[in-house]
Amino acid sequence: MIYLIISIVLGIIILIMAFIALYHRNLKVAILSAGVVSLFASILYLLLDAPDVALTEAAIGSGLTTIIFFYVLNKIQRNDAEK
Amino acid sequence: MHWFSLEYIAMNLGFLLILIGLWGIITRKNILRIIISFSLFDTGTHIVIVAIGYIRNRTAPILDTLALQKDTASKIVDPLPQALVLTAIVIGLGVTALLLVYAMKLFETKKTLDIHRFNDLKW
Amino acid sequence: MLRNSLFLIVLAAFAVIAFTLVNAWHPAESLSPVAEHYATNGPTEVGAANLVTAVVVTYRGFDTLGEVTILFVTAAIIGFFLSLFHSESPEQTDRLMPASEILSTASKLLIPFMLVLGIYVFVNGHLTPGGGFQGGAIIASAFVLLLLADPLSKLNHRIIAMVESVSGVAFVLIGLLGIFLAGGFLDNRILDLGTFGALLSAGVIPLLYIFIGLKVGSELTNIIGHLQQTQKNR
Repeated sequence: MIYLIISIVLGIIILIMAFIALYHRNLKVAILSAGVVSLFASILYLLLDAPDVALTEAAIGSGLTTIIFFYVLNKIQRNDAEK
Repeated sequence: MHWFSLEYIAMNLGFLLILIGLWGIITRKNILRIIISFSLFDTGTHIVIVAIGYIRNRTAPILDTLALQKDTASKIVDPLPQALVLTAIVIGLGVTALLLVYAMKLFETKKTLDIHRFNDLKW
Repeated sequence: MLRNSLFLIVLAAFAVIAFTLVNAWHPAESLSPVAEHYATNGPTEVGAANLVTAVVVTYRGFDTLGEVTILFVTAAIIGFFLSLFHSESPEQTDRLMPASEILSTASKLLIPFMLVLGIYVFVNGHLTPGGGFQGGAIIASAFVLLLLADPLSKLNHRIIAMVESVSGVAFVLIGLLGIFLAGGFLDNRILDLGTFGALLSAGVIPLLYIFIGLKVGSELTNIIGHLQQTQKNR
């Protein structure tokens, strides 16, 4: 029962964060909320008895992907400022 | 009532994420935002595949206790979808990084990220 | 307006498809036949306590080889793209802000522990959750921290490329040895299976996972390093 409540809360958070990722005006906030979607998805994998997938998603999906997004965004914004 | 169980919630959540990602891919104009939608789509498919392998009242496929080692097949969830998703996540990172580098190069040549400005092949 | 309504129609069609799929789906009550074979015969055939590792490295080891190849090609294309357009312009390093005192001090403390954790995760991949991909990602994040703390530092791409090629070749060579000494390509019974649950067990799985971990870690570090160099010169 407690898993059910946790999964419903996780699902609501994931959906809200996905909408923020699509519609927030600031791209930095959008990238961070996409990372939060991955992070909470990894908790959901843990509830679904998939610890391997949870570990991978936490390390790669929410960690490295966000870092790569920020490198590219930083580069683009700096070029933009020079123009 | 059966909709209120862990696997159905995860399944619906995965498909909703897929739909949100698809909506983002076809309506957003900024290329970076399209790539973000792509990664949401990716996460959605992973959740769906893991939810397919889930079986209620069973444990993770890691046989670290002696009780799990006999009659294993009736005690663990399906390890196959998990292995596939493990592969898919790593490939997803590679694809996302490639998309981002392409976006960076497009920005350097066109000085814009608006997808409607890239109309070289449109006539 | 017309475009948006068209998009809505497309999305509604997809939603109907998705709803039909979920509605027709019933949660499994028992394992599928393939998974049942893996579950019952896995411990004796492969000897890995973590069945996901057994599937990833041995039963579907060919998938893993393909995946590592895809990652390698991706890293190569990214390196090619980023070096193609960046000719040797003088580096404008003064634009980079130095990292804060807290970050640079903490990174010196944390990086060795992160490397050790990554190695632990992929050495124990056949016993506990984790494995080559996760361990490689953890090692890559240690290098990300290094680059964040000291943005002027430069990764030695030659060493990274060497680690990557050596581990890739070793992975394929061990797989080929399986043809001659055991049942087939990537068979893990070249070495003795050992006692179930010990660190040195499950044949060559620990060895293979070490090479996969090194390869994935160096590939991800390579991608990050190339992207980080674009921050310096414009």
